[in-house]
Amino acid sequence: MRITEHPILEFQRGEEISFFFNGQELKGFEGETIAAALHAAGVRVLGHSHVMHRPRGLFCAIGNCSSCLMDVDGEPNIRICVEKLKPGMRVETQQGKGCLR
Amino acid sequence: MPKVKETEILIVGGGPAGLSAASAAANLGASVLVLERDGKPGGQLIKQTHKFFGSKKQYAGDRGYQIGDLLIEQCRNNPNLEVWTDTTVLGIYEDGVVTAEGQGKHLKITPKKIIVATGASEKMIAFPNNDLPGIYGAGAVQTLMNVHGIVPGKRVLMIGAGNIGLIVSYQLMQAGVEIAAIIEAAPTIGGYLVHASKIRRAGVPILTSHTITEAYGDEGVEGAIICKLDESWQPVLGSEQDLKVDVVCLAVGLSPLTELCFQADCQMKYVPELSGHVPVRSEYLETTRPGLYVAGDVSGVEEASSAMVEGRLAGISAACSLGYGEDIAPKLQAEALAELSELRAGPAGQKTLRGIINLMDKGGVVC
Repeated sequence: MRITEHPILEFQRGEEISFFFNGQELKGFEGETIAAALHAAGVRVLGHSHVMHRPRGLFCAIGNCSSCLMDVDGEPNIRICVEKLKPGMRVETQQGKGCLR
Repeated sequence: MPKVKETEILIVGGGPAGLSAASAAANLGASVLVLERDGKPGGQLIKQTHKFFGSKKQYAGDRGYQIGDLLIEQCRNNPNLEVWTDTTVLGIYEDGVVTAEGQGKHLKITPKKIIVATGASEKMIAFPNNDLPGIYGAGAVQTLMNVHGIVPGKRVLMIGAGNIGLIVSYQLMQAGVEIAAIIEAAPTIGGYLVHASKIRRAGVPILTSHTITEAYGDEGVEGAIICKLDESWQPVLGSEQDLKVDVVCLAVGLSPLTELCFQADCQMKYVPELSGHVPVRSEYLETTRPGLYVAGDVSGVEEASSAMVEGRLAGISAACSLGYGEDIAPKLQAEALAELSELRAGPAGQKTLRGIINLMDKGGVVC
């Protein structure tokens, strides 16, 4: 959920853009991270662990912990907590560990 | 961009310590390059909305993000200084070459001196289902809330009543989120009472001698069980409470981000008072690898105020070792050391001072 009123901060958001999460069209703002846009859209489960298949969500939000790796425009293992959202981006839940191309 | 970038002083990390080191060194005349892995310099300051304590010299009374903007401004106006964002340092090699990844390119830098100011990362605690979506580090909550303007959920259990736990709880309340409780395993509140009082006045319970025994939920947090701890930190049977929350926020401390120091073969030592493994270093913050300095949380977790002063001290010392400002450097170094003593004069600072004494003592070096 987005904060609309805040006693101290004013949020300068970029232009509203569309992107795709597992094929579903969602809205976000240019300049924010993919994780921020997904969170605002209510998406908390970003993937599942490889062995135990436990749900994985955002944890550190600064590119440290690798809890948020996803497949973005066909490239796997993208840390979506630091990757910026772009118009038309295709963000997919990653299956497996991904491989080098 | 040339294949190998030359600079006199390379600074790893553009947070409060790194930026302060950069402007101090550049002001004395050294050429400085700052590498920052995030898209914007400022480190964790950019998400801190609370007012700082200390003295005017450490920007007391200003809010964290305003201090960040000020440090960025100081660096921007300095012709000796460059800041490269979106650039992650990968390694520091024996021949002095530093490699980094930036904008999809592999970069090589040959600095004369290096200041590592990489900061710290959040600690985790063990409890069943601590990997569920909805469990965040306190820094992540601050990033979501204060940088992106997004709340993490509706009702939060905060773990840890140190300054970060208290401040982030208050910020969540400012953003319209309910705090079910703040729990703290220790028998007393760790943070400043001025922060705790504001939260208590708003009716939020701060439960000391309490811990989390588990989180539960299918695809994300739906609740958490907490319980009381006795004098020997053991759970008190029958004291369990079930809190319906969709967020568990961990504010259980930080550990220094020392990978580069280990990799650069600095002597390291485990010092609990400084929150983990830290590099052995001189009073002027030079590690056992000559020409490699540290500043800020990487040299022992403290606060942004002391990180800025440590940054200044490391910047002056590195510049002076290259022959810049030799006439005024001793005076500036003495000033910085005096400010650090002043900042560490309080009860929280006593722990840091014990840690530094432990660190400087030659025994117990691990590698």
